[in-house]
Amino acid sequence: MIKIVKRDQPSRAIFFLTPILAIFLTLVAGGLIFYILGFKPFEALKFFFIVPIADKYGFSELLLKATPLCLIAIGLSFCFKSNNWNIGAEGQLTFGAIVSGGVALLFYEQEGFYILPIVILAGAIGGMLYASIPAILKTYFNTNEILVSLMLVYVSKLILDYLVVGPWSNPEGFNFPETRQFSDSARLPLLFEGLRIHAGIFLALASVVISWFVFYKTYLGFQMKVSGFSLKTAKYAGYKGKKMIILVFLISGACAGLAGVGEITGPIGQLHREVSPDYGFTAIIVAFLGRLHPVGIIFASLVVAITYLGAETAQIFMQIPKYTGQVFQGMILFFLLASDYLLFFKFKFIGSKK
Amino acid sequence: MHKFFIRSFVSSLVLLFTFTVAAIAKDVKAAFVYIGPTGDHGWTYQHDVGRKAVEAAGFKTTYVEGVPESADAERVLRQLANSGHDVIFTTSFGYMNPTNKVAKEFPNVKFEHATGYKREHPNVSTYAARFYEGRTILGTIAGTMTKSNVIGYVASFPIPEVIRGINSFTLAAQKVNPNIKTKIVWAFTWYDPGKEAEAAKALIDQGADVIAQHTDSTAIVQIAEKAGVYAFGQASDMDKFAPKAVLTSVENNWGPYYVDRVKAVANGTWNQKDTWHGIGDGMVVISDLDSQMPADLRSKVKKLQADLASGKVHSFTGPIYDQKGNLMVAEGKTADDGMLAGMMTYVKGVEGDIPK
Repeated sequence: MIKIVKRDQPSRAIFFLTPILAIFLTLVAGGLIFYILGFKPFEALKFFFIVPIADKYGFSELLLKATPLCLIAIGLSFCFKSNNWNIGAEGQLTFGAIVSGGVALLFYEQEGFYILPIVILAGAIGGMLYASIPAILKTYFNTNEILVSLMLVYVSKLILDYLVVGPWSNPEGFNFPETRQFSDSARLPLLFEGLRIHAGIFLALASVVISWFVFYKTYLGFQMKVSGFSLKTAKYAGYKGKKMIILVFLISGACAGLAGVGEITGPIGQLHREVSPDYGFTAIIVAFLGRLHPVGIIFASLVVAITYLGAETAQIFMQIPKYTGQVFQGMILFFLLASDYLLFFKFKFIGSKK
Repeated sequence: MHKFFIRSFVSSLVLLFTFTVAAIAKDVKAAFVYIGPTGDHGWTYQHDVGRKAVEAAGFKTTYVEGVPESADAERVLRQLANSGHDVIFTTSFGYMNPTNKVAKEFPNVKFEHATGYKREHPNVSTYAARFYEGRTILGTIAGTMTKSNVIGYVASFPIPEVIRGINSFTLAAQKVNPNIKTKIVWAFTWYDPGKEAEAAKALIDQGADVIAQHTDSTAIVQIAEKAGVYAFGQASDMDKFAPKAVLTSVENNWGPYYVDRVKAVANGTWNQKDTWHGIGDGMVVISDLDSQMPADLRSKVKKLQADLASGKVHSFTGPIYDQKGNLMVAEGKTADDGMLAGMMTYVKGVEGDIPK
């Protein structure tokens, strides 16, 4: 007989093992879905997870896709660790892209080494400004940051629509909804000839190192952790809660804004209506799959990035509907949350009594 | 004599070889990149109907659906170009820059971009449909069928394609009924059943008894069906979704063009082109006319359709005035393609301002 028993303490080993278990279960369930749909499961999984990164170009695309996810998820982990539910990273990304894109357009057809740093900085500031809205409303007016940050996503997309359709649209572009192309000085440099991976990856790596340092080596990191476990304890300890809320939102917004900069000054090179395929939302999955740990987030962003690439390859070569990629992302999160049950409970095998 | 035999043998070999090459060249593969799911109606569905026509003509095809216009488009295009496709159709405006970028890297692959204007390399063609001709038909029907003289129009984004449609529709409606007003609601989406339904309700509340749409979902015709007003199908024949409300639909018919272009690749006769086809070339198709329409209207519409096809009637024939009363097209003149391509002002009779 099997009995379910509550653990005295959440198991630390299982804490880091469950993401791997979740990925494994996703593969099994995914294979099963392919089988039911009438595809060969192993061949389908091969086209999903191996073929897309089998060459240099594919690997570069994987890193290109993982870069914004990693950057945003790192920023979100500051919020989530400290019990602040910022789910509006997509809006902060969009607003960061708007501000940095606007600055890049100011330097249209100008060259100079100073342009790119200004453009990048503008994106970070844009993201911070946008993240400060839910933060300030939460600290001073006690609003729910989930609602405010989410609603602001749609506002940011409407602002972007307005700008690319109206005042910022390309004067030579027959009124189509897009801006001019940025000058080369406003573009992130490519790392290798013929590949799309760009210098934005260094921003993501820097964010990983900095977040690790803050989380585990600073007083702020400790405060965040305590607030995450228990807000009351944090209050008793006399931490300045309001300051911290604003700070983590600003960090999160800056990261999302930088991800937006990476997209528009990297592979896209202009502003148009669709700068991000919902990276800000997918990064929430990445943050949790990576257990809000900087190193975990690196791996998680690679895993989730490959579901995008795999879905394309599987459709091109096997005619598997591309939306299975989203099914995979959903399954990973679902299995992760489900296996978190094991954190707090364990199975006990008891010999049956006669 | 001996020499002659060798020569003829060699030349027949060469001939055989050329035939084999031609046969291999016939074996072209076409790829299609879609912005949405293939579904059962709407923009992407119609492109997929076109793709199936290419298959029926004996060619192999591949498609990728739901490709965002973000940085992802470029990767999908490169992968298709890299995996043995000879011609790639990119079926949304936002693929314009990625299409031209990838075309540069693959000079032997042909690229066909829908609704764009950039042809930066000799292997890029563009194509679009003169949907405004279909809207001339819809305007004629709406102007005749309305009793309240208020016609609703759910628009997507303030770009020339949409403004042109509103104008063409309004001009045709005014021609049969000078008292009509066209009320516009901007939904700022191509596909969002919720928003589109809200827009349609708002227009019906304002007294509109005929609703036209430049968005993709069936929500509007279904709302019209419930409210007992008339509507028109967009992109696909939407009659089955709202049999009472839908008077007719303007269908996007890409099949003939796609088959034509893929055959041209196979025959080696493909060349760079900018195609803008209308009713005459069969790219814009008017669905069956509903029997609720009076017989004389139906025959009038049929005649108008034939005249638009032959070029006898042009949707934008002067005199055309803008909202402020300034002359846009002089009497007896027609708007040229340049003016149509960049059209960003409403004609007289349209209510409200273009969102800026």
